Amino acid sequence: MLDKIQEFASEFFVTGDPLILGAQVSIAIAMVAIVFVLTYFRKWVWLWREWLTTVDHKRIGIMYIICSILMLFRGGVDALLMRLQLAVPNAEFLHPEHYNQIFTTHGVIMILFMAMPLMFGLFNVIMPLQIGARDVAYPFLNALSFWLFFFGAMLFNVSFIIGGSPDAGWLAYPPLSGLEHSPGVGQNFYIWGIQISGIGSLATGINFIVTILKMRAPGMTLMKMPMFTWSVFSSCIIIIFAFPILTVTLALLFLDRFLGAHFFTLDGGGNPMMYINLIWMWGHPEVYIVILPAFGIFSEIVATFSKKTLFGYKSMVFAMLIISVLSFFTWVHHFFTMGSGADVNVFFAITTMAIAIPTGAKVFNWLFTMYRGRIKFTTPMLWTIAFIPCFVIGGMTGVLLSVAPADFQFHNSYFLIAHFHQVLIGGVAFGYFAGLYYWWPKMFGFKLNEHLGKWAFWLWNIGFYVCFMPQYFLGLDGMTRRVSTYDFDMGWGSLNMVSTVGGFLMGIGFIFQVWQIAYSIKHHEKDVTGDPWDGRTLEWSIPSPAPVYNFAVTPHVEHVDDWWETKQKRAAAGAAKEPRPVYEPIHMPKNSAIPFVKSALWFFVGFGFVWDWMWMAIPALIGVGICMLARSFTYDDDYYIQVDEIERTEAALRGVKA
Amino acid sequence: MAQAHAAAKGGHGHHDHGHHDLESMKTFGFWLFLITDCILFGTLFATYIVLRGNTNGGPTPEELFQMPMILAETFILLTSSFTSGLAVLAMHQGKVKQLIGWLIVTALLGASFIGLEIYEFVHMVHEGATISTSAFLSGFFALVGTHGLHVSLGLVWMIGLMIQLRRRGITPVTKRKVEVLSLYWHFLDVVWIFVLTVVYLMGVM
Ligand code: HEM
Ligand SMILES: [Cu+2]
Repeated sequence: MLDKIQEFASEFFVTGDPLILGAQVSIAIAMVAIVFVLTYFRKWVWLWREWLTTVDHKRIGIMYIICSILMLFRGGVDALLMRLQLAVPNAEFLHPEHYNQIFTTHGVIMILFMAMPLMFGLFNVIMPLQIGARDVAYPFLNALSFWLFFFGAMLFNVSFIIGGSPDAGWLAYPPLSGLEHSPGVGQNFYIWGIQISGIGSLATGINFIVTILKMRAPGMTLMKMPMFTWSVFSSCIIIIFAFPILTVTLALLFLDRFLGAHFFTLDGGGNPMMYINLIWMWGHPEVYIVILPAFGIFSEIVATFSKKTLFGYKSMVFAMLIISVLSFFTWVHHFFTMGSGADVNVFFAITTMAIAIPTGAKVFNWLFTMYRGRIKFTTPMLWTIAFIPCFVIGGMTGVLLSVAPADFQFHNSYFLIAHFHQVLIGGVAFGYFAGLYYWWPKMFGFKLNEHLGKWAFWLWNIGFYVCFMPQYFLGLDGMTRRVSTYDFDMGWGSLNMVSTVGGFLMGIGFIFQVWQIAYSIKHHEKDVTGDPWDGRTLEWSIPSPAPVYNFAVTPHVEHVDDWWETKQKRAAAGAAKEPRPVYEPIHMPKNSAIPFVKSALWFFVGFGFVWDWMWMAIPALIGVGICMLARSFTYDDDYYIQVDEIERTEAALRGVKA
Repeated sequence: MAQAHAAAKGGHGHHDHGHHDLESMKTFGFWLFLITDCILFGTLFATYIVLRGNTNGGPTPEELFQMPMILAETFILLTSSFTSGLAVLAMHQGKVKQLIGWLIVTALLGASFIGLEIYEFVHMVHEGATISTSAFLSGFFALVGTHGLHVSLGLVWMIGLMIQLRRRGITPVTKRKVEVLSLYWHFLDVVWIFVLTVVYLMGVM
């Protein structure tokens, strides 16, 4: 009996690696500590009522952001472990198998569980406020999306202490990821973790498109929408076209592994190349899903801190929409070398280069917006300015990669690694950091400390170039990606050491950011204006943090930067008092436990399938069905906020006595 | 897929616009969901087409497909689409009983479609044609099976809806639900026409 349990445990838990043992122990301690603190301070009910069951888009957004920062930490530790291993030749810090697991989980976590939720977090917190809406179109579905993401990410993350991590690369190419070459459960965790959170992303795409099309404040025509909202819109369009492809691809891979199907196997008539096509038909658009919102953020910030209207608004919108269409016609550039034939390669080389045109137009628009502006160098603006050269270099190396014959040289080398980090960190991460700094006061009612923020900024930036510029040269020197060690005589040692130093500089930058947040929470000055940056768009017209109902009175929009125009008008009119607003009862959705419960059940469905435990998967699946029916039978799911309560809230928020 | 229909009831602010606005917004979201479902099926069709020649020495479409039964399935599903249309008509005339009656007929037809499909699958498996026999059969079971899964989900949903209609009658909410369900049902019908053409007819030709 006892040895049976032992045998099971040794298969179930990952053992034998001191690094992982350390992680297991610290996770256990952290869990106990969290449970203890919540119990000691009697916060369980509060947590449940205010957060776990909330349907308020602002709170959902904040939860997305918290999770994504935690995931940035995990992905960052992975990155630094890899860099440590590569810092010197012939290092024996990580075993090759462990190295494979780390680069796989690093890639997945950074893109799907760090960048995506950070993006959804900003979508949620800001976009409805920008269009003057009370809420998103489907608040319940929105909560469900978040919890699906959360439990999907958890499922993926437990793999490194339970069962073992996937190790077939972040896109899990078969036959490597097939049953024959990855017989363990790691690849199952990959499939289910991404599948569950992916369904959530798809739902968000639908939700936000409807929100933008149907819930704009009266007067806000499409061409008066703020640029960030436009970027959300284009990103969501890509989501609803790309994510179903991912859903199918992962499902088919699962059928191969679980039922012995032959979609992507080498035998039985399967076709591994089909997987590579399918995954990149999602994968390439995916990178545009995450970059477009960053473009939107930069556009907002540039206009605000240059005190000018965005240059070329219409061309910006147009460029964004073109990019979202073109992004679907470039996927083959990820495997020029895999025998598609010259004419196919030429087509995809040209479409790839074509994307540089609208992107270039945008860069010029940002530059023209700054030209002759009264620029203020706040932290969000610094990240924006730093983004421009970084993205220009990253874009140019991308164009080099898109030259199909040249790609036969660059492909799978460190040149590629340097390129995509340049666009992902310099574009996506910088963009979302800028957005986070910019909208932080809207979320929490105080600014983050600018001094510490500048330290973080410089550490990240210098660290970035120190880390990734050498990698271009390493790539040209023939260092291929995913090698876990190399010999002295390759001559890659010094550049790799430099690169590692850069990686750690960014790590220190991250620590500064955490410190900055902690410090500002303690020492902040409350912002009572709701508009600390002298902003231009509607989210700045209401108090911070925004009340549950967002706008006490629905705004009427006349201009592109409507709030800016309103402020100008008010200033011109002198100190004339605004008429007292007339409030009406506000219709709101009720909290619901179903999104949380249902997503938790999905976790068990996934976990059951991972281990081939039908006794767990099937009841959990039935539970999911019951949740769906329960939702369908819920009719009493809304309430009204009455006028007197609005009056009290508004008075309290604006610091006047009612 | 499931998320969308179990999904949200909005909380859009203007209470002066009232429920009508909210319900029409949900229908709009459902159209978007159908677009995503189209892409889902499109991807499955593409994989099927790529793999359909790879029979790996196993049975070929000509040997497997029993056309009379497939035509019967088709006829049943098309009829159910028609009866779901009659249900919506009855709803617009405010006749709850008739509405529920037509929904029952639709559900029975849907159930017989699923019954025949299960029979077909079981039969194939007995003849040794399983999902792991060849790439062609993998593609076949994934595509046709996904359609069948959609129909089955629709059935559960329809039963739930009938109970709600019994309890509440025709309200703006139940009305929207019936409309969305019939949209879904017609959509599955259209997908089936493609399945019939691409999988069965082109398979035996
Ligand atoms: C904190 C700084 C970062 C460092 C030092 C770093 C370092 C690395 C390293 C060493 C690799 C493995 C290269 C190999 O295959 O051998 C890698 C891969 C990767 N990184 Fe990062 N990374 C960082 C941040 C990010 C961010 C922010 C993202 C995405 C938003 C990202 C996305 C990826 C992806 C997609 C891969 C490919 C994984 C694969 O090879 O399958 N990284 N990174
Ligand atoms: Cu690409």
